[in-house]
Amino acid sequence: MKNLKQSLAVSLWFIFLTFPLMVVKVNTTDNIVQWRWMNMLWVGLAIFALSFLWRYALARKEARQMAAMSGEDEHGKPSKMQRLFEDPAVRTKMLFGIMAFALVFPWVFDTYQSTIMISALIYVVLGLGLNITVGLAGLLDLGYVAFFAVGAYAYALLNHHFGLGFWICLPLGAVIGGIFGVILGFPILRLRGDYLAIVTLGFGMIVKVVLENWSDFSFGPSGIAQIDRPGLFGMEMNIAASTTYIYYIMIALVILTIIVTGRLKNSRIGRAWIALREDEIACVAMGIDMARTKLSAYALGACWAGMVGVMFAAKTTFINPASFTFMESAIILSIVVLGGMGSILGVILGALILILMPEYLRAFSEYRMLIFGAAMVLMMIFRPQGIISNIRQKYELKGLKEKSENV
Amino acid sequence: MSDADKQVLLEVKGLTMDFGGLRAVDTIDLSISEGEIAALIGPNGAGKTTFFNCVTGIYKPTGGDILIHPQDKPTQRINGKKPNIITELGMARTFQNIRLFSDMTVLENVMIGRHCRTKTGLTGAILRGASVRKEEQQIVEFSYHLLEKVGLTEFADEFSKNLPYGAQRRLEIARAMATEPFLLLLDEPAAGMNPQETADLVALILRIRSEETIAILLIEHDMKLVMNLSDTIHVMEYGKKIATGTPQQIKDNPKVIEAYLGEEADA
Ligand SMILES: Nc1ncnc2c1ncn2[C@@H]1O[C@H](COP(=O)(O)OP(=O)(O)OP(=O)(O)O)[C@@H](O)[C@H]1O
Ligand SMILES: [Mg+2]
Repeated sequence: MKNLKQSLAVSLWFIFLTFPLMVVKVNTTDNIVQWRWMNMLWVGLAIFALSFLWRYALARKEARQMAAMSGEDEHGKPSKMQRLFEDPAVRTKMLFGIMAFALVFPWVFDTYQSTIMISALIYVVLGLGLNITVGLAGLLDLGYVAFFAVGAYAYALLNHHFGLGFWICLPLGAVIGGIFGVILGFPILRLRGDYLAIVTLGFGMIVKVVLENWSDFSFGPSGIAQIDRPGLFGMEMNIAASTTYIYYIMIALVILTIIVTGRLKNSRIGRAWIALREDEIACVAMGIDMARTKLSAYALGACWAGMVGVMFAAKTTFINPASFTFMESAIILSIVVLGGMGSILGVILGALILILMPEYLRAFSEYRMLIFGAAMVLMMIFRPQGIISNIRQKYELKGLKEKSENV
Repeated sequence: MSDADKQVLLEVKGLTMDFGGLRAVDTIDLSISEGEIAALIGPNGAGKTTFFNCVTGIYKPTGGDILIHPQDKPTQRINGKKPNIITELGMARTFQNIRLFSDMTVLENVMIGRHCRTKTGLTGAILRGASVRKEEQQIVEFSYHLLEKVGLTEFADEFSKNLPYGAQRRLEIARAMATEPFLLLLDEPAAGMNPQETADLVALILRIRSEETIAILLIEHDMKLVMNLSDTIHVMEYGKKIATGTPQQIKDNPKVIEAYLGEEADA
C-alpha cells in the first residue's frame, strides 16, 4: 500500500517534470500550441509501473537480507545455476557440450561469426587476467588496457622491425606485459582505494598518450599496418582459413588461461591474494609479504593482457592507439564485476554476455551504453556478488575426519 | 614459572610510540620468558594495543628497543621490521577487533597462517607437481589439526564470517598458531564471550602452553581470567607501565587499585 502511494507520488512528479517536454509542443510554422495529453498519461503510467516494480524488488531484497540475518544464510549462497554446475555429472556433460560446440563453431557458422567469437574470447582472457588483480587480490586497476596495448605493440613493432613471428612473440608479449605489470605495481604498493583508481587510470592514459605522440617509436595515431597473421609452418592461408586458425588458437589460449588461473587461485599464492583482498593488516600479520604478493598479482594479471594483445594485433593486422581507450578498461572491469569477482566461470559468462550481446542486438546499438549502465546499476543493487558468486574450494578432509574419530 | 633459568624470549626496553603530540606508549620495559603466560592490563586507551602493534611491526616505534631471543637462533633487534618478517621470526598475534578473512572458509583462514612456513612459488603453483601437491596436503592436515585443537572442525568449510563470535576469536588463535610462533600475542581474546566460552578459552590457553611450549602475552579486561591465568601481570596507564608482578602482588598494589581496579569499582 505504501509502495502504491509512493509510486503514485513519483509518477505525478515525473508528469510535472516532463510536462513541458512531452505535452506542450509549439508548432512554430503555424504558431499554434499543441497539447499532447495522451503523452502525459503514458509517462504517468510508465513511471508508476517502473517505480512500483523497483520498490517491490527492493522490498524483496530487504526481506531476503532479514532472513539471512536471522540464521538462514541466503546471501552468498550459490545461485541455482551454480549448484547445477557443481553437480559432477551435469558438469562433465556440460563441459563436453561446450567443448563440442566450441570445436565445431567455425564450421557451422560463417567467418563473420567466427570473428565476433574471437573478439569475445579475447575478452574472456582479458577478463580472467584482470580477475587475478581485481577479483582475487582486490587491487583496483582502471588502466588494464595499457597492458593489452603493450602486448599488441610489442608484437607489431617486433614484427615490423625484426620480422619476428607470432609464435615467438606470444610468450614474449606475456613476459613484457608482466614486466609492465611490475612497473605499474611498484609505485602503487602503498596506495589504496581512490588513489589506486586514479594512478591506474593515469597509467592507462599515459601509455595511450605515449603511443599517440611518440611517432618515431610507435608510428603515432596512424598506427602500424600489415602485421603478420599467425603462421602455420609457412602455409599460405586465405582470410577464412586464417580466421578459423586464429579461432582455434584463441580456444587453446582460453583453456590455458582457465587452467592456469584456476590452479593459481587454489594455491598458496592464490590464497595469499585473497587474504590480501580480505584484510591487508591481518594478511601481513600472518606472515605474508605484501609487496611481493601485490606485485605478483599485478604481473600475473598483466601478462594475460600482454599475451592476448599479441593475438589481437595478429588478428586485426592493424593497430593504432584508438583501440586502447579507457572504454576498453571499463568494459573489462565490468566483465569481472558483472561476472562475479574471483569466479572463473562467472568471468567467462560475463565476457560472453557483455561482448556478444551488443553484437547480436545491433538494433539497440544506439542504446548500448545506456542498457550497459542500467544493467550495471541493477546488478550492483540486486546481486552485488556477480552472476556467479565465488565458491571456495572444499578440501579433502574425509581421511582426516575418520583418523581423528578413531583416536 | 618465571624462574631465572628460563630463557627470555622477548625483551622490550624503553619502548616509546608517539602519535604527533600524543605519547601512546611511554618508555615501556617488559620481558617474556619461555613457557610464561603474561598479561598486559590497563584502562581503556592506556596504550596496550599500541604496544602490540609496535612489537608486531604494524607501527614503527619512535624509540626504544625490541629484542627477540628465539631458541637456537641469534638475538635480533626487530624495531621497524615488517610485520610479516616478525611473524616469520616467531611472534604471532590476534586482533582486538577480529580481523578474519571473512570470505574464506574457516580452514582456509588457518591455511593462510601456514604461508610463511611453506614455499610453493608461482611456477610450482601453475605446474602443480608432486612435491607441491604434497605440501598442499600437509598444509591442509596441519591446519585441520589446529582446528581440532580449538574445537572448530565442524565449521571447517563454513565462511569464517558465518561463525559465532566466540568461535571467531578461537579461529584467530588457530590462525596465529599456524605460523608456529614461540610467542603468541592475544589482544582481548575473551572480549564479548559468555562465561562458558571464556572457560573454554582459559582451558585452551593452558593447553597451548603445556602442549606447544608457546609463551603467551595477553591483553584482557576480564580480571578473573587474568588473575587465574597469568604468571606475571604488567599494568599500563597513560602509556606508562605502573606495575609488574604476580597476580597477588598486583591485587595488593595501591597504585594499580587506584588507576585501574578502583576506577572499575566506581563505574
Ligand atoms: N594510529 C593512531 N593514531 C593516533 N592515535 C592513536 C593511534 N592508535 C592509537 N592511538 C591512541 O593511542 C592511545 C592508546 O590506544 P590503544 O588502542 O593502544 O589503547 P588500549 O590500551 O588498547 O585500549 P583498549 O583497552 O580500549 O583497547 C589512545 O589514546 C588512542 O587514541
Ligand atoms: Mg586495545
